[in-house]
Amino acid sequence: MKQDIREILAKLGGLPVSVDTISDSADLYTAGLSSFASVQLMLGLEDKFDIEIPDHLLNRRSFASIDAIAETVSAVRAGQEAA
Amino acid sequence: MNVISGISGFDLVQRARKVAAVAGKFADDVDRHGRFPAEAVAAMKAEGLLGIQVPVELGGIGASIAEVAETCSLISQECASSSMILAMHHIKLSSLIAHGRGDAWHEGFMRRVADEQLLLASATTEAGIGGNLRNSICSIEVDGDTCRLTKEASVISYGAHADAILITSRANKDAAPSDQVMTVFLNGQYTLEKTHDWDTLGMRGTCSEGFLFKGEAPSRQIIPQPFAEIAAESMLAVCHLLWSGVWYGIAVNAVSRAQAFVRGAARANPGSVPPGALRVAEVAAKLHLVKASITASIQDYERVKADPAHAISIAFLVDMNSLKVTSSEMVIEIVDQAMIVCGIAGYKNGTPFSLGRHLRDAHSSRVMISNDRILANSANMLLVHKLDTSLLG
Repeated sequence: MKQDIREILAKLGGLPVSVDTISDSADLYTAGLSSFASVQLMLGLEDKFDIEIPDHLLNRRSFASIDAIAETVSAVRAGQEAA
Repeated sequence: MNVISGISGFDLVQRARKVAAVAGKFADDVDRHGRFPAEAVAAMKAEGLLGIQVPVELGGIGASIAEVAETCSLISQECASSSMILAMHHIKLSSLIAHGRGDAWHEGFMRRVADEQLLLASATTEAGIGGNLRNSICSIEVDGDTCRLTKEASVISYGAHADAILITSRANKDAAPSDQVMTVFLNGQYTLEKTHDWDTLGMRGTCSEGFLFKGEAPSRQIIPQPFAEIAAESMLAVCHLLWSGVWYGIAVNAVSRAQAFVRGAARANPGSVPPGALRVAEVAAKLHLVKASITASIQDYERVKADPAHAISIAFLVDMNSLKVTSSEMVIEIVDQAMIVCGIAGYKNGTPFSLGRHLRDAHSSRVMISNDRILANSANMLLVHKLDTSLLG
């Protein structure tokens, strides 16, 4: 999943550095993720993983790192399967 | 509703009214000459209004954002420039309180703000960033215990009159434009070379001139949290809430003048309803809308703030953006309609019904962070955020 996240991040994140240089736990906002790009990233994730991210997870923390994004996607998937 | 009744032994409303009386006395002169409202700011300091938000344990009275907004609104009814200065000071102070707790230097500084009534200014804009305060070109240089910063600050409101400036920059010379920090520089730790004048339509007393800022200070004065967090978690919301409080003050005073005008006409012609009366009713309804929008947003803010586990959601940011756009559009409309009611007496300067300054001050609201920029930001967020469809939220 993290490889998919990295691909979406490279395409939509608008980062000034290559995604390959960013570790899974690194803070993406520090790396240059803007609020505009973070929303585009959310849209890309919804499309790629066929999920709808609920409002309570639409915050900065849920998308602060590749690890955090993976957790968010997993949590949404688990929630959708349970529903 | 008196939101301020909770503070014992410190009659905030009475103190704000005293400051408002001073501000009102000099408002036309401040406006005409585009000068700093020194008398009103001296009165704010004398009444302790610059420190009200500082927590009790650090020497303040721990006033809430609701209380600060009410204070701003009361002063704005007499002089919007003076009120905007107080609002901008408290926006900076709210960032310190939200993000500087637990840090010895910043706690000591908050105590000084309360004890010495220090006036804080903000330097978040920079030549070349296109108005997006979440980007910086300049970077702070940390050299052991010392930090140095040079910034082409295209606007520092009342910068020449401040006791300290809170200024943003990139966190270091290799940092991305959005990887920013905010640093407190005390008067004496920086020089300001004026680069831009402030000769504007309204809000002329804020003296929002541009400067070349050069500062050197102990590096512990850098606020530890990234500016990204400060902006997202406290600054933007407080900014829209307090600005709206200032604009409400302009609007409510304009409506009061229109109402007084119509009442005078009714007394002169008993038995008939003056032609402006219907418009006063119409504009009072609009004023009510702005008031409701501000008070609901303040309640939202207090609710989010009271829950430390609660992250600032996109929903909350969209709501704060909506407040800013709505209240700024409405205040212009309200003052404009009040002027129709007062007619020539409203259009002329120097009458009890003059509304020229109100109208010019009100027009700042749409361009202080352009509404188009804010709507574009909301438009982006609304691509993922689904609006809450419940009435009571």
